[in-house]
Parts: sequence; structure tokens; C-alpha cells
Amino acid sequence: MITYLSNNTDVVLAALRQHIVLALLPVLIGFVVALPIGYLGVRFPRVYHPLVNICGVLYSIPSLALFVFLPVILGTKILSPLNIVVALSIYTVALLARTVADGLRSVDELVTQSATAMGYRRFRRLVDVELPVALPVILAGLRAATVANISLVSVGALIGVGGLGQLFTRGFQLFYLEPILVGIILSIALAAVADLAIVLVQRLITPWSRV
Amino acid sequence: MITFEDVVKVYPGGSTAVDHLSLELPTGKTTVLVGPSGCGKTTSLRMINRMVRPTSGRVLIDGRDVAEQDEALLRRGIGYVIQHAGLFPHRTVLDNVATVPMLLGCTRKQARTDALGLLERVGLSAEFAKRYPAQLSGGQQQRVGVARALAADPPIMVMDEPFSAVDPVVREGLHREFLRLQKDLGKTIAMVTHDIDEAIKLGDVVAIFRQGGRLAQVGTPREVLANPADDFVAEFVGRDRGLRSLSFESAADLPVRPLSEVGDLALDDAGRPVGYGSFTRADSLRLVTDLAIISPAGIAVRVDAEGVADGVVRHHDLVDHLAARRREQP
Repeated sequence: MITYLSNNTDVVLAALRQHIVLALLPVLIGFVVALPIGYLGVRFPRVYHPLVNICGVLYSIPSLALFVFLPVILGTKILSPLNIVVALSIYTVALLARTVADGLRSVDELVTQSATAMGYRRFRRLVDVELPVALPVILAGLRAATVANISLVSVGALIGVGGLGQLFTRGFQLFYLEPILVGIILSIALAAVADLAIVLVQRLITPWSRV
Repeated sequence: MITFEDVVKVYPGGSTAVDHLSLELPTGKTTVLVGPSGCGKTTSLRMINRMVRPTSGRVLIDGRDVAEQDEALLRRGIGYVIQHAGLFPHRTVLDNVATVPMLLGCTRKQARTDALGLLERVGLSAEFAKRYPAQLSGGQQQRVGVARALAADPPIMVMDEPFSAVDPVVREGLHREFLRLQKDLGKTIAMVTHDIDEAIKLGDVVAIFRQGGRLAQVGTPREVLANPADDFVAEFVGRDRGLRSLSFESAADLPVRPLSEVGDLALDDAGRPVGYGSFTRADSLRLVTDLAIISPAGIAVRVDAEGVADGVVRHHDLVDHLAARRREQP
């Protein structure tokens, strides 16, 4: 395996780099999109259940199907990495919109009420009080979405863009175990590092949740 | 002064929470709204800071209709304390207290310095400043809640069952603290409780509500205990209201007998009673009655400011005193 790595450093690093971008860019996009959508599910209680259902349906679309159909809808080339980014962003939104809604709903009514009574206006109350208090729930969802994305990117290899997944396809085509092992190990390591990073950030920004 | 002018609140579905309420809460005094659950006391309270909108009628603060004022600005000028305190779990005790000054544009540094002073004022040492609410007991959280409400020095305080969620011993301590603070600060306070004893102890004015959101009686605690407006109020203030009304009677002019009349009164070298409860001239007749009843000898011992016994009261003296007083003020 070491020999394989040292002979193919450039290929492996390029695959890893692509894997990181393809997995984490959608997390970022999905998070930004999910925040307002999740908020709507709390602000207008009638929106909540339809929102949960739509998220459930979106998340249950097989990833390969999405990778193949997106070019048709978006007019992108079948090999464009954009397809992967959009598909994974959709999954992230599906996962996080619900988490954001649930997180905000978990904020004690007494806390929001007393914030209102102190003289907070709606938006500042959301930013200063509700979102920070909902953070532990939201970050738990973010961890799940990040790890899921890192594993899903590999599927993209079947349509030609898949980060570390390309090492799998190459290994299968050549009946060669080494790249497959390297791909699996790096993929797991990446997921573990990303998860740990979020946990550390969480510890840093929500010290109160551990008391 | 807070004024309710013919206020009605009907919820969608038709249930009446507040039924034509007219009430004045005097400036600088504590007015306690008290009544059984479902009597509209909390709904009425929450109209003061516009957390609830009246269906009809007006609520005025110093003559200005609250409905015409900016909600957020109005609320920043009214301290708010609720049951379980409702502290922000993600902020330290200090930052919780600094909340309203920061909303009002105070710098963080200034707000924190002031907050530290306030913590001390409500009886919490500086070591609590850096803690999070989850690290405090219920009583401590409630103190922080009071400090937070006082932080911007609002002239008005709205308190919704502020002391209901703590055990009786802690509540007793919070009551003492409340009375001490209010004596210094003289805020206009509107407080809700379902506990008539608390209302009588803390209120300058007591407003008793009955089911259906109607006001049954308004008066000083003494008036309400002495002259309940109707059977509902009499029932609500309790059967032992006669005994409780003695809380308002001073023991100052109660005749005492010399110590020599009681043979075996145990005193220490300084002349302080041993094994007996005692009262001073500043105490109430309720305490004296209580002492005389529990004492095996049927006497209550009076002490001076140094705790030295200077006289005794027997139960029958007490009964005679009460009878005489009743003849004087029918």
C-alpha cells in the first residue's frame, strides 16, 4: 500500500482534494439554505409537517438517480462536478432544514418569552437567543450531514466524478486491491476528522451545554 | 401609575379571560393580582408589557396607552420576572443580567460592571458571575431573574409568579429580600400569584380575581382580610383570616407584666430568655399570639433591642387587649 501511495501520490492527493471540495461545499451551501427554510417551519407552524415530509422524500431519492437526472434538469454536462455539488446540497438541505426547525422548536418557550419581554425584536431574538440555544441540536445534524456527504461523494465515481471513489473504480477495473484500500481508509479518516472538527467547534462555541 | 380601563380579553373560541377590568396600580407600590387558576390574573398582567393585547379597553402607564408605544422600547422599560426565571441558558449569569442594558445600547464592559453590582444587591456573590444558569439552584436562578429585571433600573416591574417554583424555605428568604429591595427601590410593581399568603405579605394593594376574569375586591391586605367583599373573597382569603389579620397589628402598645410575676422564667446571665421564643415592640400581634399558644406556661416574653427580657404577656391579657381594641374601633 505504501508503494502504491508513493507511486501515485499526485493521483491520490488530487482525489482527496476533490473529495473534500465535493463533500464540504454542499454542507456549506446546504446549511445556508436550510437556515431560513427551517426557520419558516417554526415561524409558521402549519409549514412544519409539510416541510418534514418533503425533506423525507428528498432524502430518500437514491443518490445515483439524482446524479444522473440532474444534468437533464440543470442542462449541465454529465461529467460536471456541479451535478454532485447540487445533489449533495439537496441532501444537506433535506437533512438540515428539519434539524434547524427541530432545534428552534426545542428552545424553551419560557426563554423566548422572556427574551420578548426584555424587549428583543424578532430578528435579533432569533440571532442572539434562539439560534445559539438551538446550536447543539443543529450541530448534531451538521455532523450527520457532513459524514453522510463524505460517504456519498464516492458514489459519484460511477458517473466519473467522485473524489476518492475514483480509486475504487480504478481498483475494480484493474483487479487491484491497493487503491481500494487507500480510498476506503482515506474516506473514513476524512469523515472522522471532519466529525471531530465539528465536535471541537461545538465545545468551543457552546460551553454552556456541557455544564 | 398603571391603569386598566374597562379591559376585556376574549380568546378566539369565545372564552373570556378578562371581563371588564378597571384597576389602578399606584406608583411606587406593589400591587398583587391574586386568584384561583383561570381567573385572568396572568393575562391581565401580560397586557402591561403588551405580551397580550386586550380585545377592548385600554392599559395606560402614567396616562399613556401602551398600545400606542413601540413594543420593544416599552418592554425595555419594564422589568420582567417569571416563574423558573426563564434565564438564557447560553449566557453566563453576568451576561444574563446585562441583557437589557446591552439592548439599550450600553457597552458590554459597562453593562457587566453594573451587572456585578446588581448580583451583590440580590444576595449573590461575584463567584456566581461566570456560571451558567444550569449550574444554579432554583432559588439562585430566581435571584438572577430579579437582578436581570432590575438591570436597566426600570420604574415598573412585572412579576409573574416569581417565587412559586422554589421550596418554602427558599421562598421565605426571597420574600425577605424582595421586601428589603422594594423598600430601597420603590418600584411600581405588578405581581401575580395564586398564593393569598404571599399576596398579603408582599402586597401594598391586593386585587383578588375570581373565575371568569372578574375583579372580586381591591384593597390593602388589612382591608381585604378584615372586610371581605363577599363569600368568594372570604373563602379565598381563608378561614384563619382573623388570625392572619393580626400580622398587621403592632405589639408596641400591648400591656406587659413584670418578669417577677412569672416565677421560673429561665434567663441567661445577660437576662436573655432561654428556651422561649420572644418578641419585640416591632413585632406583630400574630407572633405574640403564636408564642403564647405554643408556650407551656401560656406566656410570651418580650425583649428589648439587646434581646434582654423586659416583660411578659399572658394569653388572657392578649384576649383582653384584642377585645378592648375591637370596642375602640368597631
